[in-house]
Amino acid sequence: MADVALRKVVKRYDDVEAVRGIDLDIADHEFIVLVGPSGCGKSTTLRMIAGLEDISDGDILIGGDVVNDVPPKDRDIAMVFQNYALYPHMTVAENMSFGLRLKHYPKAEIKARVTEAARLLDITDLIDRKPKQLSGGQRQRVAMGRAIVRNPKVFLFDEPLSNLDAKLRVQMRIEIKKVHQKVRTTTVYVTHDQVEAMTLADRVVVMNKGRIEQIGTPNELYHKPATRFVAGFIGSPAMNFIPCRLEDVGGTLQIRLTDRIAFALPPARAARYNALPRTEKLLLGIRPEHLTESHAHLAPGVETFDTVLDVTEPMGMETLVYFGLDGTPVCGRVDPNAGAKDGAPMRLAMDLNNMHLLNEETGVVL
Amino acid sequence: MTTVTIDKATRTPKVKYGSMSRDRAWALRWSYFFLVIFAIFFLTPPVYMLITSLKSSAEISAATNPWWVFHPTLENYTSLLTSNQFLRFFWNSAIVSIFVVTITMLISVPAAFALSRMRFWGSATLATGVFLTYLVPETLLFIPLFKMFAVIGDFTGIQLINRWYVLLILYPTLTVPFCTWIMIGYFASIPKELDEAAIIDGASWFQTLTRIFIPVALPGLIAATIFAFTVSWAQFLYPLVFTTSTDQLVMPVGIITTLIKGDVFNWGQIMTGALLGAAPPLIIYAFLMDYYIAGLTAGATKG
Repeated sequence: MADVALRKVVKRYDDVEAVRGIDLDIADHEFIVLVGPSGCGKSTTLRMIAGLEDISDGDILIGGDVVNDVPPKDRDIAMVFQNYALYPHMTVAENMSFGLRLKHYPKAEIKARVTEAARLLDITDLIDRKPKQLSGGQRQRVAMGRAIVRNPKVFLFDEPLSNLDAKLRVQMRIEIKKVHQKVRTTTVYVTHDQVEAMTLADRVVVMNKGRIEQIGTPNELYHKPATRFVAGFIGSPAMNFIPCRLEDVGGTLQIRLTDRIAFALPPARAARYNALPRTEKLLLGIRPEHLTESHAHLAPGVETFDTVLDVTEPMGMETLVYFGLDGTPVCGRVDPNAGAKDGAPMRLAMDLNNMHLLNEETGVVL
Repeated sequence: MTTVTIDKATRTPKVKYGSMSRDRAWALRWSYFFLVIFAIFFLTPPVYMLITSLKSSAEISAATNPWWVFHPTLENYTSLLTSNQFLRFFWNSAIVSIFVVTITMLISVPAAFALSRMRFWGSATLATGVFLTYLVPETLLFIPLFKMFAVIGDFTGIQLINRWYVLLILYPTLTVPFCTWIMIGYFASIPKELDEAAIIDGASWFQTLTRIFIPVALPGLIAATIFAFTVSWAQFLYPLVFTTSTDQLVMPVGIITTLIKGDVFNWGQIMTGALLGAAPPLIIYAFLMDYYIAGLTAGATKG
């Protein structure tokens, strides 16, 4: 077990910069998830930690030692691949023990470790099978088993659940979390699925275009996104961004969304945004769950407005409603019994206590 | 809405399946027709060889039906199998083929692994270059090669011409490029994550090759082995040019040079020798056919 640190790590392919200077400190026992759209450099970063890609610039430290020029086998890491990468001609037990056999561990210890890992992953019955006799979920367990028996300093996961169907993915997600709670090995996990990132991680690293957008716990990212990219990437359905501007009306600070709709800001928000120039082009960021049906008794900071719904999507426990504000598409989440219908008018309530205000040009959350 | 769906479900399948099976029946009839023609075309020569090999010289020259044996005899087989000369040819062929297969595999498997996996400067060009050398016909090469070996003999005193072991240098020029090419294709079909997993597990390049790649690519390896064996067993031009003494000859050349005396063709023994010579590759093919086909079609589908 060890901590991992990345210092201004850069990866260049000819003249393309895939990773543009990443700084990241991963504590011992921590479960870190790198998340971002495809091509954001998250897999490249993971492969550089593994030693499968050379580092163009910067340093990578595992357990305090710079490992830039250390070959993968001497970094004491284990990796789980998206397509499992099991050795097809070996049984499950042979697959799991391959690394230990190469290092000439005593037979008794190999057997003990394989048995223990198989028990942990609930694959004891499969130990003598070949990979092609296993289902996708079982193969992924074996791949994890191969990592666990080595008892490495760091686990690296490269989109391990992407090849599984949706139901199995949820199940394996829980398995991975359970395994980490038991073995407590420092883990770096790459995924493009923000739900996986949120559910698994101690801390999530959101990456975009080869840079880190924000590092934080799942709740921090959700409630206090630093940029428009993070705000839009984390959460499903995504946060709404509505063009707006600030104005002073009768001594109170108002936010104007359309010619018709303007709300007074709650006092805490008004104090926070008061210094902003009134001419600046702004975006109101509001999550769908803060756009709900209107009630008779509204909490302070919740404002109502009337709109006409374009489309409704009943999801069972809630209904998603879509409408336009001056041409900007907006999504809200209402109670299934609130009477939302396609094309029908509806009064909605916006919870401004949970609003975000963004600079339209820079995308920074203010 | 509902009635329309029921209508479709009951009616369309009948029409569809009916026409499908009719198409299929005709396709089958045509394929059988052509397969039979091809089978007859390709099996006639071996059958004729077998018939002739069972005849005495007298019956061969007699004006009887050439497609039937009236007085079957094994005298051609006994005389060849008891002839030291013929057994010598057979032995030479076997030794040369086994050595050539071994040399070929020892060169082409590591070469293919390096060219397909260890990215180094010029590896792609080199891989193409390897295949290009296979395209140069041997008829173009044997004169310069002969000259080269003669010069080497003159300068170093190492006699290569008219020695069976000169074939161990010559045959790999044909087998190594092709086998390397087959193996590059086969190794390329192995997912990259497999060697990355092995590297992370602590395997060296050599261990990755011997413990992962060779077992996984075994069908391809067998295909390459069979190819190398067939080429060296059936090679005619090089041994005809480079070996002349009867004790140095391999079978194809030996049969032709010793069983044809001037304008006298000993047809019975020639056919028997050819049949006996065709036996080893045939037996190997029969045992490894499934692997061979799997090897040649590898890369078409990932797996």
